[in-house]
Amino acid sequence: MENFELSCPIQKSNFDRVLLAHGSGGTLSHNLVKDIFLPYFGNNYLNVLHDGAILNNSNKKLAFTTDSYVVNPLFFPGGNIGDLAINGTVNDLAMCGALPKYISCGFIIEEGFLINNLIEIIKNMKIAADKAGVKIVTGDTKVVENGKGDGIFINTSGIGFIDEGINISANNCKPGDVILINGFIAEHGMAIMSVRNGFEFESPIISDTAALNGLVADMLNVSKNIHVLRDPTRGGIASTLNELAESSNVGILIDENTIPISDTVKAACEILGFDPLYVANEGKLIAFLAPEEAEKVLGVMKTHPLGIHSRIIGEVVCENQGMVIMKTEIGSSRIVDMLTGEQLPRIC
Amino acid sequence: MCLAVPGKIISVDNDKPDIIMSKVSFSGIIKSVCLDLTPEARVGDYVLVHVGFALNTIDEKEAKETLKMFHEMEQLADSVTPELS
Amino acid sequence: MKYVDEYRNKDLIESLILKIKSISSKNYSIMEICGGQTHTILKYSLQELLPKEINLIHGPGCPVCVTPIELIDKAISLSQRPDVIFTSYGDMLRVPGSSDDLLNCKARGAEVRMVYSPLDAVKIARENKEKKVVFFAVGFETTAPANARAIIEAEKLNLDNFSIISSHVLVPPAIEALLSSKNTNIDAFLAAGHVCTVMGYSQYENISEKYKIPIIVTGFEPVDILTGIYMAVKQLEDGRNIVENQYSRAVRRDGNLNAINLINSVFEISDRNWRGIGIITKSGLKMKEKYKRFDAEIIFDFPDLVVTQSNECIAGEILQGFKKPTDCPSFKNICNPEYPMGAPMVSPEGACSAYYLYKKRRN
Repeated sequence: MENFELSCPIQKSNFDRVLLAHGSGGTLSHNLVKDIFLPYFGNNYLNVLHDGAILNNSNKKLAFTTDSYVVNPLFFPGGNIGDLAINGTVNDLAMCGALPKYISCGFIIEEGFLINNLIEIIKNMKIAADKAGVKIVTGDTKVVENGKGDGIFINTSGIGFIDEGINISANNCKPGDVILINGFIAEHGMAIMSVRNGFEFESPIISDTAALNGLVADMLNVSKNIHVLRDPTRGGIASTLNELAESSNVGILIDENTIPISDTVKAACEILGFDPLYVANEGKLIAFLAPEEAEKVLGVMKTHPLGIHSRIIGEVVCENQGMVIMKTEIGSSRIVDMLTGEQLPRIC
Repeated sequence: MCLAVPGKIISVDNDKPDIIMSKVSFSGIIKSVCLDLTPEARVGDYVLVHVGFALNTIDEKEAKETLKMFHEMEQLADSVTPELS
Repeated sequence: MKYVDEYRNKDLIESLILKIKSISSKNYSIMEICGGQTHTILKYSLQELLPKEINLIHGPGCPVCVTPIELIDKAISLSQRPDVIFTSYGDMLRVPGSSDDLLNCKARGAEVRMVYSPLDAVKIARENKEKKVVFFAVGFETTAPANARAIIEAEKLNLDNFSIISSHVLVPPAIEALLSSKNTNIDAFLAAGHVCTVMGYSQYENISEKYKIPIIVTGFEPVDILTGIYMAVKQLEDGRNIVENQYSRAVRRDGNLNAINLINSVFEISDRNWRGIGIITKSGLKMKEKYKRFDAEIIFDFPDLVVTQSNECIAGEILQGFKKPTDCPSFKNICNPEYPMGAPMVSPEGACSAYYLYKKRRN
C-alpha cells in the first residue's frame, strides 16, 4: 500500500454497511462525505462542499470526458474499480493530447455495501489521482435499494487542457503512418477472468490499469506530429483499430509477430478460447504517427516505466479502407474484424 | 473435437479417495484438473486438458519423432525454390 | 507453450505447403470433420496457402451447431423457472432456439451461469440445495466422459437437485451418413483429433475400407492440419485408402479405455436428431436407465413448447459440406452474429461464424 497523506483524520464509522439513508441528503449523507470521502479526497476545491467546483479558466483548448465504471468483480488482481474510474478518465483526456486536471466522481452504491470495501475503493482512487496529478473537485453519492445495483457503480468526468499545436483526433490516421503500442496486451481482461466465478485460475497476471498522461506528455514533448492516440479498452486492440480504420477511412495492416503479449496471458487465452486481440486493456495506448517520428517517439516511450515494451505493430495503408488486415505468425493474412458482442469462454 | 490444451502436471492431490484432482500448469497459469480419465499420469507429465479433465497424456517420444520428421521434410524442401503466395 | 508453439512454426508450414504442392497432381476435396479444425484453417488462412488443387470442405463437427432446436428451447424454458439455476458451457449461450437464446434470458433476469467444467455445475448444485441445478451437457465423444463423470459425482454426493440436458452426438455415424449420401463429393477425411484421443481410431477402419476413402486422424494446430492434408493427398496419389494417425502425440489406436468405460457406464447409444440434417441412426448418447433421475428431460415438464425452425437457414447444407457460408444468400446481411438465423453463425466452431470473423468483407 502506497503512503499518502490523509487530508483530515478518519472518524470511525458507526456503520459497517451503506444504508439507504446515506444517500438521502440528511445527516448520514453528510457524515458519509465528511467521514469517508473527505479524509481521502479532500482538497481546497472539495472541502468547500458546495454544489459545484469553481475552477480557474485557461486560454487553452479544453478537453472534457465522462465514463462510467460497472466492472464485475469489483476487486481483481492489480486493483479495483476505483483505479479504473480514475485512470480510465485520465487516459481519455490524455488520448485527446490534454493535460488532465480536474475529476468529478459520482457514486451509485447498493444498500448493504460494506463500508470497508468502499474505503478500499476510495483509497485506490486517491492514490491513482495523486499519481496522475489530478484533483477530485466535486462529486455525488446516491444509494439504491438492495438488489437494484451491482454493489457500486462509479461515474467520473474529467477536464484537461490542450497545449497549442497539438491536434489529435480519430479522423487523423494517414496512409504511411506507423502504429505503436506501449506494451503487453490483454492483461486487464485476463486478470478479471482469473477471478471470475467458474473460471478461476491461479496466475501471476495482474491488471495493467495505469494513468498514461505522463507517458503521453513525454511523447508529445519530442513530437508534435502524433496524429492519433487511443487507449484500447473494452474490445481490445482489434476493436480500437477497426474503429479508427473506419473513422479515418484508411486500411490498417498489423503484424501478429510484433504484437507484444506475455506467455502467461497467451496461455490463459488458449485455455479459455479467447483471442487476445479482443481482450480489454487498461494501461495501453495505440499511437499513429508520421514514420519519420517513429524512432524518437519509440525511444522516449521505452524510457518511461509504462512504455518499456513499446513496439511498432503496424502501418496505415490506402488499400482495404475501413478494414484491419493482420499478417499471421505463419505468414498468411487474415481480416481482423469487429466482434459483435463480448467474447465468451468456450470449450469447442 | 473441441478445445483441449496441453499442460504440465505440477501436483497431484491423492487425499480425496473418490476423485483424483491435480494442478496443471500452462506456461504459469495453474488450473485444477481431474485426472480420473488418466489415473496413470504423474507429476511432470504433459496432459491434454479439456473442460477441466485430462483426456490423455502427451507422448513425448511420438511428439519428438513427428517433429524430427518435419525437420527432415524441411531440409528436403529447402532444395525447392519457395513460391508461397 | 510446449506442444503448441512448435506446431505453429512458420518454416515448417512453408515446407509442408511446398511438399503438398509438389505431390498434388489432381483436384481433391478434403473434409475436416471438426469445427475446431475449421477455426484453425480460417484463422491462419490455410486455404489461401494451399495449391488450388486442394479444396477444403467444412464438416459437421460442431456439437453446438447440431444440438436440436428442441433442446435449446427446453434449456430456455428451464432457465426461466425461478427454482432453477441453469448452467452451461459458454458456447451454447448465443445459439438461437425457436425464438430466444440463453444469453437473452440471462439479460432478462434468468439465473444462467457459465461454467468451465461439468464438475463446477455439480459444485453449484451442492452449494445451492434449495435450487434445482440443470447442466447443458453438450458434446461429441471428447466431452462425453467429463459429462459422465459429473453424473457419477452427483450420484456419489447423493444430490437430488442435479440433472442434465444431454446432447451428445457421435462422429463415425455422421461420417457414414455423409458418405452414403449421393450429394457427397469427399475424397478424404481429416478425422477429429480430440474425439480420437478418447475413442481411438479403430472405428474408422471399417469406414475407410467400405468406402475406399483415406481417413487421417488430425490435430488442431496449423502444422497438424497441413500434415494431415499432406498424408491424405499422398494416399490419394498412391491409390491407397487406410486410416493413418497424424496426431500420434495424443492419440492411440485404442483410445483412452478409462474414458470409454466411463461413457459406457452412464450413457448408451441412441438415434439422434442433428439440427439442420435430420435423424442419424445410432449417432447419439442417452442416459442409461439407472441414471434416469439425472435426466432433466424426464424430471421436468415442458408444457407449451412450440418448436419452429427458420426456412431460410441452410445450416444443414453447410454442416454437410454441400455449400459454403458464402453461398448462403442470408450470409452477413440478415444473418450475422448479432442476429443469427442458425447455430453455425454463433458457435465458436461454426463455419459461418469463422467465415464471418475471418473472411467477411465490409460493404
